[in-house]
Amino acid sequence: MSTSTATPDASFTLDGEDVPFRPGETILQAAQRAGHYVPHLCWHPEFHPHGSCRVCTVKVNGRAGAACTVQAAAGLAVESSTDELNAHRKTLLQMLFVEGNHFCPSCEKSGNCLLQATAYEAGMEGPHFEEFYPDRPVDASHPDILLDFDRCILCELCVRASADVDGRNIFAIAGHGIDTHLVVNSPSGKLGDTDMTLADRAASICPVGVILPKRRGFAVPIGERRYDVKTVAEPGNQEAS
Amino acid sequence: MSTVSSPASTAGPWQAEALDALLARRGRDPHALVQILREAQAMHGWLPRDMQAAIADALGLTLAHVEGVASFYRFFHDRPVGRYRVLFSDNITDRMLGNEALLLDLCRRLGVQRGEVRADDRVSIDFASCTGLCDQGPALLVNHHHVVTRLDAARVAQIAALIESRVPVDEWPADWFAIVDNVQRADVLLGTPLQPGAAIAAALERGADSMLDEMKQSNLRGRGGAGFATGQKWSLCRAAPGAEHYVVCNADEGEPGTFKDRVLLASHADPVFEGMTVAALVVGARRGLVYLRGEYRYLLEHLEAVLQRRREQHLLGASIQGRAGFDFDIEIHVGAGAYVCGEESSLIESLEGKRGTPRIRPPFPVEHGYLGQPTTVNNVETYCAATHIALNGGVWWAGIGTPRSTGTKIHSVSGDCERPGIYEYPFGTSITRILEDCGARDTQAVQVGGPSGVCISAFEFGRRIAFEDVPTAGAFMVFDRSRDMFEVARNFAHFFAHESCGFCTPCRVGTALVAKRMDKLAAGHGSRHDVEVLFELDKLMHTATHCGLGGAACNPLRDTIAKFRPAYEQRLKSLHFEPAFDLDAELSIARAMTHRDDPASHLETER
Ligand SMILES: Cc1cc2nc3c(=O)[nH]c(=O)nc-3n(C[C@H](O)[C@H](O)[C@H](O)COP(=O)(O)O)c2cc1C
Ligand code: SF4
Ligand code: SF4
Repeated sequence: MSTSTATPDASFTLDGEDVPFRPGETILQAAQRAGHYVPHLCWHPEFHPHGSCRVCTVKVNGRAGAACTVQAAAGLAVESSTDELNAHRKTLLQMLFVEGNHFCPSCEKSGNCLLQATAYEAGMEGPHFEEFYPDRPVDASHPDILLDFDRCILCELCVRASADVDGRNIFAIAGHGIDTHLVVNSPSGKLGDTDMTLADRAASICPVGVILPKRRGFAVPIGERRYDVKTVAEPGNQEAS
Repeated sequence: MSTVSSPASTAGPWQAEALDALLARRGRDPHALVQILREAQAMHGWLPRDMQAAIADALGLTLAHVEGVASFYRFFHDRPVGRYRVLFSDNITDRMLGNEALLLDLCRRLGVQRGEVRADDRVSIDFASCTGLCDQGPALLVNHHHVVTRLDAARVAQIAALIESRVPVDEWPADWFAIVDNVQRADVLLGTPLQPGAAIAAALERGADSMLDEMKQSNLRGRGGAGFATGQKWSLCRAAPGAEHYVVCNADEGEPGTFKDRVLLASHADPVFEGMTVAALVVGARRGLVYLRGEYRYLLEHLEAVLQRRREQHLLGASIQGRAGFDFDIEIHVGAGAYVCGEESSLIESLEGKRGTPRIRPPFPVEHGYLGQPTTVNNVETYCAATHIALNGGVWWAGIGTPRSTGTKIHSVSGDCERPGIYEYPFGTSITRILEDCGARDTQAVQVGGPSGVCISAFEFGRRIAFEDVPTAGAFMVFDRSRDMFEVARNFAHFFAHESCGFCTPCRVGTALVAKRMDKLAAGHGSRHDVEVLFELDKLMHTATHCGLGGAACNPLRDTIAKFRPAYEQRLKSLHFEPAFDLDAELSIARAMTHRDDPASHLETER
């Protein structure tokens, strides 16, 4: 690192702008706190970084890394909103769209969905790749909560929330490669056989439309939802869940 | 281990007492989950959900966690797979030896579709990633244990008959299971007989500090691919605070076309274990672990026997060679079919009984490794070299090879040549020399270092094997002019798609998209647009993946498009409705990217 001496007001640059950071912070944490937008999906301020979606990929002194996992250090030159990195982000978002089954117009999460809002902000106009059309049956076994796996982006926020906050370990990741998928911890594998409740953190954490409360369809009309009002890039508007 | 003395049962209830005994033997340790699942499956043939639940219960884990781990590894099955599970190794070298036709022949004879279980639960047949027998292929694996090499039509017919008449695999002709070393050229590692214990005595004589100095002087760089300086790694591990320190031997050898660690383990296990013991002295470890790939399961009894003999010789256990306080022992973990577990942090996750997902690094294993403790992970060959360095000194080793790539390197040579097998050369040896020695003729290309390595075309054969020129993790696959380099790249694309761990978006989805695109080109439906998409995917995956698997997954594609353009052009020609494909325009991108892909840029990403 070029300037390694720790100064009290240590900072790095993000696309040329100074960003101060506190000891132990990652680039994404510091950037977020300073009101900068670094697109991300699997990162959430309440949880340990995960680094799986790769949407926050930046270049740190010329080397690529996920902003959510790279520790901030004084003097780093971080590039984020470059043509190359933004093109990569768009491709990553397109990958997530074709990997699952996303029919936004009929999704209860539309307008409150981080994936949709991030794709919109990234200028994604179409799927670009061929769709995978995976077969992922809905789990409607729980009285209050619906699981629509078609929309899962494998961010593991629900896994982390259920383990770290709720202490219930209701979700886990199974499979490998393109068959990687979310599973539910019960003998039948169904949510209805778990003790999950609507009050669980895991019930509200999903950034997309997988984990949804039943019988609460379209309480806020389309057009007045979170990302209809303000874009995802505006400070403090990233975490809808 | 009563794995396949009789074919594993598939239907019917599992034995609760046997499972209990197994769990007790493993101390009901959740960190042993992968080993427990492997042994439970060896008993029953597959892992029924209620058995997974019983295991979860006994280990204090959730069923979903156990399900997640069981479904991660390619060799674990959550549904019946037949009493005979037959897996044909599917490296490109097996393909070149006709494995596809042999698989179809076996399927036809037994009346079963590839990937499906025969209605009577007798047999299932499928492909698997390279099993590390490329010099004696085509090869197959039965019930995740026995290996049959040098397959031909006659042998396939016999196998079909044995399966039809339910002959246990143990009773198949013993010579089918013979695996030869094929050492064609030995240098210091393979050609110097060693007295077990001599290197430990030499290291004890020197003391841990000066042993470490010898390692640094030797300038030995890791043989697993990344080439990190071993002395520095041991020194970082030794300096890192921790209640325990661990020494781990990476014997996952999953890179297609690589089989030199198999030969070291089969015939030079002593120097490997001895190198681990020297490392233990240096870093202050009391426990060592070998991560043996599941495909090498048949080596387990042999390796256990060598460990036992070494204990009896006071080369392992308490007070090694009578030195009070020098306590060290080694245990073997067997993998279950997951190439990514060769990546050191995935390997550690797997050792801890979890899904083999690469960790976020830093922290690196030298600080935060097995069970969160400082751990040095080294390749089999690296430990073997350390043994020789302990005996002969760092200066001696540094005098072999080139200044930046000291010592010798063992190559696994396969493909189009008269004498495939194991070749050990000092670093700095030219590719031409190796091709001459192995009897290769009319060679079109060599894939050095496996699919993750580099494809070298004829005009580059003067280049030398060295970290500063053509680095390698040990594979050397030869392709003559009759071979279609597009098909080589397509085989590798499927390998990466099959082996992606699924954790990060660019690799999980990208490897699948690349494989689909290559199939589309192969079928003659490709267009210029598809090639553009491939370039785009290469760029993204090279930049944005979480680990080196995805980062290297497009190397073969990029190299072969740049160096063997007619192989691709031929595919696009059939598209008369498409304008001529302008490869030169594409090539400029490929060149720019090849240029950026210098070996040094890989070095720092690995430790
Ligand atoms: C996808 C992937 C697979 C790997 N497979 C192996 C392997 O099979 N054997 C190995 O020794 N190293 C493998 N490595 C490299 C290890 O991460 C690590 O660098 C090596 O074991 C360190 O040992 P060394 O310093 O002795 O080379 C792999 C790396 C990646 C990214
Ligand atoms: S269900 Fe939602 S929170 Fe859970 S992994 Fe899928 S997308 Fe993430
Ligand atoms: S690149 Fe990503 S998906 Fe691929 S093996 Fe590594 S962590 Fe897994």
